[in-house]
Amino acid sequence: MTDRKHATPLLDELEKGPWPSFIKEIKKSAKSPMVQDLLGLLERSYEEKIGHWKHGGLVGVKGYGGGVIGRYSDLPEEFPEVAEFHTVRVNQPAGWFYSSASLRTLCDIWERHGSGLTNMHGSTGDIVFLGAKTEVLEKIFSELTEAGFDLGGSGSDLRTPSCCCGQARCEWACYDTMALTHDLTQTFQDELHRPAFSYKFKIKAAGCPNDCVASIARADMSIIGTWRDDIQVDQQALDEYARRGKLDIQRDVVSRCPTRAMAWDGKALSIDNANCVKCMHCINAMPKALAPGKDRGATILIGSKAPIIQGALLSSVLVPFLKLEAPYDDLKELLQAIWELWSEHGKNRERVGEFIQRIGLSNFLEQIGLEPVPEMIAQPRTNPYIYYDVNEER
Amino acid sequence: MSADASKRKTDIGPPHYEKFLPPIIKENYGHWKYHEILRPGVLVHVAASGARLFTVRAATPRLMSIETLRLFASLADEFCGGYLRFTSRNNVEFLLTEESRIESLMVRLRREGYPVGGTGPSITNIVHTQGWVHCHSSASDASGVVKALMDELFPRFEKMDLPGKVRIAFACCLNMCGAVHCSDIAILGVHRHGPKINHETLGKTCEVPTTVASCPTGAIRPAIVNGKQSVEVIEEQCMFCANCYTVCPSMVLNDPETDGISVWVGGKVSNARHEPMFSKLAIPYLPINPPRWPEVVAAVKNIVEVYASNAQPFERMGEWIERIGWPRFFNLTGIPFTKYHIDDFTHAGESFKRSAQLRHSPGT
Repeated sequence: MTDRKHATPLLDELEKGPWPSFIKEIKKSAKSPMVQDLLGLLERSYEEKIGHWKHGGLVGVKGYGGGVIGRYSDLPEEFPEVAEFHTVRVNQPAGWFYSSASLRTLCDIWERHGSGLTNMHGSTGDIVFLGAKTEVLEKIFSELTEAGFDLGGSGSDLRTPSCCCGQARCEWACYDTMALTHDLTQTFQDELHRPAFSYKFKIKAAGCPNDCVASIARADMSIIGTWRDDIQVDQQALDEYARRGKLDIQRDVVSRCPTRAMAWDGKALSIDNANCVKCMHCINAMPKALAPGKDRGATILIGSKAPIIQGALLSSVLVPFLKLEAPYDDLKELLQAIWELWSEHGKNRERVGEFIQRIGLSNFLEQIGLEPVPEMIAQPRTNPYIYYDVNEER
Repeated sequence: MSADASKRKTDIGPPHYEKFLPPIIKENYGHWKYHEILRPGVLVHVAASGARLFTVRAATPRLMSIETLRLFASLADEFCGGYLRFTSRNNVEFLLTEESRIESLMVRLRREGYPVGGTGPSITNIVHTQGWVHCHSSASDASGVVKALMDELFPRFEKMDLPGKVRIAFACCLNMCGAVHCSDIAILGVHRHGPKINHETLGKTCEVPTTVASCPTGAIRPAIVNGKQSVEVIEEQCMFCANCYTVCPSMVLNDPETDGISVWVGGKVSNARHEPMFSKLAIPYLPINPPRWPEVVAAVKNIVEVYASNAQPFERMGEWIERIGWPRFFNLTGIPFTKYHIDDFTHAGESFKRSAQLRHSPGT
């Protein structure tokens, strides 16, 4: 055991209990002098009930405007090893799959140059290296690129796109989320590394409406897999669910259908597919018997974000259905049209969802060249304050 | 330009994911037929070819040492032909082709302190932010609250005995890195007043125009205070976002005396049954109480227990509350309803009850 520079009685309490302990993790890397001071600084926070970090200072690697977030302790004299403790975001492989060799390569680079502490992964999806000094950033970057890795996004740029495991391991994936995410990430490297937008822009790709990557809540563009034809039914498997009786098909499946599009007579399931909203409930409940249809693609939604500034938003429908096949030109053209408009007319730190609320969805659609369709709204307007385009309507 | 600089690689993007896929996934990519949960934390995916892929899902604390990643790499070599993946909720997944080896992998993971679970109607890993470990604007630590809470909720991770999934998320201030606002239970650190300005240091350490411009609501104005160049804050316009503190350390927002934790319920992101929805305020303020945040742990556990014994199968927290109504939610949980629960932000009126459809009960 490494000799401890600082006593940490409060943090030590969090080594107890059955859940994996982040304090044990920090201590595993305590041979690093940076981590010793991190423990001291964190114990101080636990004593005083206040954080001891400052943001700021432009740090990064040459030619990039994003990927590194400057972080400084506000007690540099007492804890000199964490005076600089920057975050390095490393773009994860799509779907968060790794070989053991690639994980070890990342560990070795990070052991040579930083604290040895990571997040697997950050909220946006990146591999996060926690705690680098300014002087080592270029070295980390050159060793990462040598190993085939690159930095992720930060600041007012395209943030690192991320996705669920999709067709790699999920029968519900309605398009190839990993292929799309990798393609978009490679196509928009400049947008990702050099902040030129009004604010951040996140893309998340979910293979089905279960949305395991929470794209509808935390991506400026949410790409959610869906289908247009009939739910596939395996009658033999359905009989098996009915026979086993663990699931009450009437109560647990049919009566929970949000559009009441199903009926069950004890033997056969009839589905009003035209009225199915592709919510996934029945498929989730009986994965061996039911599956999404064969005419698969995705719904493209836009604008979700956390509360700052004008309140939180969920994404709303922009394109009801896209087939999403490589090379994804339709989606890329849409993205570029959105970025062009929003970069020019968006206010500083205005997310695209707020921008659309300010200029109006109809106006936004017209500017990016999309026709309004009823799938975009929950209901038509209820107020009569319409700005008629009299000349056009005449 | 030096020889080294000329070789400098940029804009290569991440490595192609195909390099990291085990053979069974490459062979069955896009051809999976169905999956089942064999037991808590263990899935089997069956391909059209008949191939069976077993997944063992284990919890991580998200903040991990490279020593742990090396341990996972060794386990992947020993059990999974050298491949593994992580999930969107910070779990690690080991992908096996031999069912007979699941048990010994689970034993190893448990022994190393990474328990297996988090599938189906359970409480899986809590998505969370950096807190005092690495954030400048946090009202509370994040990892510590998550650890204390999951120690208490642990049986719910290892079993699948809830009516539906309960997704919990933690954000240490309202910037919400990780967007916790659509979770069954969202725990949110809150600052409760605007920044306290250090007029002595501001003029020396910060640029006044940058500080003024950093405010998203335009609440900061230049001002001369005690003869020194500084700024003033229009308190009622401030929403405690910490943008000004980000650019100017003299705008001190963190306050151990008044910062706290709020609890929100009933959000979801999945489209299953009910459309996605935001979490709504359940508890406006609980104290910051490290190292184990007993008030937060007790409050969240209470909500989980009341939900567990009242919701119907498949109902998520928000769907259950919609069925029984908010008055009954507050009644069953014993959480006091206060003026803070009534929205007063833009479009607040949309959250007022505008019907006489109320669930009265006699004599109450």
